[in-house]
Amino acid sequence: MNALEILALEKVFSVGFWRKQPRRALHPLTLSVQEGEVFGFLGPNGAGKTTTLKMLMGLVYPTGGSAKIFGMEIGDPRVKAQIGFLPEQPYFYDYLTAHELLDYYARLSGFAGAAVSGKERKSRIEAMLARVGLTGAGDVQLRKFSKGMLQRVGIAQAILHDPKFVFLDEPMSGLDPIGRREVRDLIEQLKREGKTVFFSTHILSDAETLCDRVAVINKGELRGVGSVAELTRNVQGKIEVAWHGMSVPAALKTLTQECSCAGDMGRAVVTEPQLDAAVDALRRDNLRLISVTPVRSTLEEYFVQQTKSQTPSQSNSQKGAYA
Amino acid sequence: MSARVIPIATNTFREAVRDRVLYNLVAFAILMAGAAVLVGQISINMERLVVINLGLAAVSLFGVVIAIFIGIGLVSKEIDKRTLYTVLSRPVRRWEFIVGKFLGLSGTLVVNSLCMAAGVYAALIYVSDHHHLLMTDSYVLVALYFIVLQFVMVTALALLFSSFSSPLLSAVFAFCLFLIGSFSEDLRGFAAMSQGLARWVTTAITYVIPNFSALNVISSVAHGEPVAAKLVVANTAYALFYAGMALCGAVLIFERRNLK
Repeated sequence: MNALEILALEKVFSVGFWRKQPRRALHPLTLSVQEGEVFGFLGPNGAGKTTTLKMLMGLVYPTGGSAKIFGMEIGDPRVKAQIGFLPEQPYFYDYLTAHELLDYYARLSGFAGAAVSGKERKSRIEAMLARVGLTGAGDVQLRKFSKGMLQRVGIAQAILHDPKFVFLDEPMSGLDPIGRREVRDLIEQLKREGKTVFFSTHILSDAETLCDRVAVINKGELRGVGSVAELTRNVQGKIEVAWHGMSVPAALKTLTQECSCAGDMGRAVVTEPQLDAAVDALRRDNLRLISVTPVRSTLEEYFVQQTKSQTPSQSNSQKGAYA
Repeated sequence: MSARVIPIATNTFREAVRDRVLYNLVAFAILMAGAAVLVGQISINMERLVVINLGLAAVSLFGVVIAIFIGIGLVSKEIDKRTLYTVLSRPVRRWEFIVGKFLGLSGTLVVNSLCMAAGVYAALIYVSDHHHLLMTDSYVLVALYFIVLQFVMVTALALLFSSFSSPLLSAVFAFCLFLIGSFSEDLRGFAAMSQGLARWVTTAITYVIPNFSALNVISSVAHGEPVAAKLVVANTAYALFYAGMALCGAVLIFERRNLK
């Protein structure tokens, strides 16, 4: 079953004060996300990721198209009870403690009155704080929290009401490596629990590690959607070869121009099919191989290709201009 | 009432308290204490009049400033800081958010006004001959009730302006409307004296702007005159209707707004 179905969803903003000009933030977007899937929404800054998420959350109204979550229109209030949302670089009421903030969100999610007792709500909040690694910080005002701690509170509020579908906008943004690792673990945990996760990011290694499928968007247009393996089938990654020595073998120079020597080490960047030939060239010259390291993942190569090339609408508009 | 309105109202009240809005009570207490001490020395047999006039005018001024300056930020601050995103991504309707914010700030102003009323009565007791209150002092509560009705209207207007305008412009609009509304009786008098188109225009304006003059009974209360029950009912209905209309306007605008 599809957890999310987006059909020709588009957004055109009017910019300017007197003479309003249309600015297309999102071209008609069609994609679907399966239930239980971790779906990555990739794109450079300004690609339209946040606009899409805001439309799905009902914060921005689409100009056209529609979207359904678990078969219900996004405007349906029943949908909101089943989703959790972490906005990009979240800011919370800093005069509240973490416990008060989560209590506020729990009440807004319907965890109040006859439905859930105050005691039950309190224990749920404490369990959630422990889950995101904030045990003992529940009574601290959020204005005293670090950025990483705020991000954890943000994740806690997104999953507090046990939603079936979690939307995360740049969840790893601004986090240190440990924080990123913890968020990755949490997403994996959500997947194990059978939740559907839709997250936007431009950190490709995270997407490659976590996602069942990804969509790449650039300048408001969908450039590709599928599993990482499907998207990168025709993409060759690059590999850095390092050796001990002060010379570059002639055979290696014929393979690539990206080779150099500094100090007593040499480096060359080759494509995957060239790797065997490069290693052979080093052996022939009796140079000692030190390392073979992927420089760019195949997803990154794919991403760069998609974001550098013209979007279909740009090509069409240029054709129109030349005609 | 919707279950989601109450937490939003409670949170708005808590924000006001933690942002030290109620610290204005300290300034008010100093003002009333100073007035009570000085008034006996500069006025003869008019102490009560001066204390009631000064006290209620200060309650009104402090409250209107709070209503405008917090009211204009109720929506815009939540949008600027993006705290609204996590609220509206829950099963919260936009009208519930507006109504919750309105009730929270109105509640803050009611608590603030009650504390100030206690200060006014304390000053009245201090300046009285035998340190006890008179029957006519109970009329102060009616004047205070009318002042609270003014706050309710100003809060709704500030919310209305902040739903489509910048905080600075909203403050200017709300404050200008409060000033004009405070002289609306004079405007009605001018309309009655005008002729032709000017009469039509000024009459129309008097119906649109809030009639704060009708809600100001400070002077008559200070002179010990009772307030007619009919006026209390009429003013209550008027203030609630006006605030309700302003809130509906705020909701209608906010419902259509894209939260970029």
